[in-house]
Amino acid sequence: MLFFKGIVVRGKALLSTCPKVCVVGGGPAGFYTAQHLIKARQDVQVDVYERLPVPFGLVRFGVAPDHPEVKNVINTFTQTAKHSRCSFYGNVNVGKDVSVAELLRSYHAVVLSYGAEGNRSVGVPGEHLSGVYSAKDFVGWYNGLPSCRELDPDLSCDTAVVLGQGNVALDVARILLSPLDILKKTDITQPALDALAASRVRSVWIVGRRGPMQVACTIKELREMVTLPGTRPEMTPSDFEGVKDALKDLPRPRKRLTELMVKTALERPGEKEQERWNSASRVWGFRFFRSPVEVLPDAEGKKVAAVRLAVNRLEGSGEGAQAVRSGDVEDVPCGLVISSIGYKSLPIDAAVPFDSRRAIVPNSMGRVQQVLGLYCSGWLKTGPTGVIATTMNNSFDTARSLMEDMDSGKLDVSAEKPGSLRIRALLEEKGVEPVVFSDWEKIDSLEVRRGEACGKPREKLLSVEEMLAVARS
Amino acid sequence: MALVAALKRLAFNSLRGYSRRTVAVSGLTAHRSLTTVQPLRSENKVTVHFINRDGEKISVKASPGDTLLDVVINEDLDFDGFGACEGTLACSTCHLIFNEEVYKKLGPVTDEEMDMLDLAYGLTDTSRLGCQICLTKSLDGIVARVPESVADIRQTKDGSS
Repeated sequence: MLFFKGIVVRGKALLSTCPKVCVVGGGPAGFYTAQHLIKARQDVQVDVYERLPVPFGLVRFGVAPDHPEVKNVINTFTQTAKHSRCSFYGNVNVGKDVSVAELLRSYHAVVLSYGAEGNRSVGVPGEHLSGVYSAKDFVGWYNGLPSCRELDPDLSCDTAVVLGQGNVALDVARILLSPLDILKKTDITQPALDALAASRVRSVWIVGRRGPMQVACTIKELREMVTLPGTRPEMTPSDFEGVKDALKDLPRPRKRLTELMVKTALERPGEKEQERWNSASRVWGFRFFRSPVEVLPDAEGKKVAAVRLAVNRLEGSGEGAQAVRSGDVEDVPCGLVISSIGYKSLPIDAAVPFDSRRAIVPNSMGRVQQVLGLYCSGWLKTGPTGVIATTMNNSFDTARSLMEDMDSGKLDVSAEKPGSLRIRALLEEKGVEPVVFSDWEKIDSLEVRRGEACGKPREKLLSVEEMLAVARS
Repeated sequence: MALVAALKRLAFNSLRGYSRRTVAVSGLTAHRSLTTVQPLRSENKVTVHFINRDGEKISVKASPGDTLLDVVINEDLDFDGFGACEGTLACSTCHLIFNEEVYKKLGPVTDEEMDMLDLAYGLTDTSRLGCQICLTKSLDGIVARVPESVADIRQTKDGSS
């Protein structure tokens, strides 16, 4: 289709009319978009820009340390990054070091894949008391996200309340209650491991507005909680009234998930399980039909002492069921509150249209309508839900839209664009030095070596400064 | 470079206890991926037919003991996003659909597999995860359909996509 003109150095076209695409964000969305583009056209060059010195986004900083298999996708991303037509530029803050307008000038197309770095606020008094954290920050802390390094959560209390009943809420509960023996073999950070070793948290209540048939978590994560060594589950049997009868009409995934919950809540466990429950020193449970209305402070007024929960009843059924306040409230004493009610995308550049209500970049099949050449993929496109495979499909979809536009001529790829040559020059003027993929590999090797010394897959570097120092060495 | 990386990964995966592992590829490598060594006896082969997302039939030969994911990787079959977690039951992207007769021959499904299968788009009663199906001679000639992984709202007006 398009002829390859100009200078070619080591497979990379420097001054030529090959299409050049810029991806903003080096997480799953960014890499899956890049992968699809590179495969779809033999002349496309894709540059992935990432704010941190290290790539992989939530695969590195979000997936729980005890779920290493989920991180296998890093191998695919690594292949993409090392492809001759792909370049990774870490340590570049798009919106600050370089604007989206500059990127649009230098590339034929720009795909925004920077995800959701904010979190939804609960919106209740007391939310900012000491001892209240967002799951995003708590997860970032135990996964070594540099901006969460100083979180220092207080784990000296007996009871923790997690608000929300999705997989992230379950991850948080599981990490809080997992035996150290399991955690110390994962890539959880050393400071988090030390804090959890000293933790006195013994009870974790996972609170949701609606009922058992509306939980957002999936069965694998629930099963992990039910079988978590050293713990026993404790549910409220009355929360399950009518649920058994509704089972037969449910589609298989929801049915199996609900069956497991019903079994855990209502049935006598087998002998072995009963023994395990009897010797358990830690307890967890779902608390249904509860909405937080206030976080109550201790006597000094600085730290959380309890959460006030409004009691709900359900109107309607299934996914569309609504929680309606019944008028009752209940105070749950606790020393730790983790709100896990959703991540949220943030606007990073005034030139990019942003829907503040839905917290996404408005788009149609990944095309940002108002700006020619601008696309989005991942959570920024659809909102912050879904597993890695969801993001993969979503990113492939955006890549397809981009390809269509190139093929149809809607995107004029015959014009020469300077791509990274120009951007790197702009960055140099500002004193910003990108971290290229081989620099990341130095960080990667060091982390793996440090991990070997203590029986972990890796010991993560915890600050941007350390990462840059190793990258430049 | 890619071969060294592949060897490294194979070694690491073996250390992690996955003995029958082949190296996952995203479909971008120009050459074949590394496979576990198999005796190349033609009578030892099992034929598998895949129906891809475009409805095309692709017939390949595999060895008993290979999983269907192994086959897809070894034969460089180009199914977008297939096998993202590299056969560790941490995703549902190796979702395959069979007919009733074949499904019954595939054997029991563990809870672990069901848990991940439950997340697959377009789940059917005869769905399985390819990474969990080990080939035997009795499965010679089976047909496995690769389903769509997402609702396709795209309308192709001129047939190109």
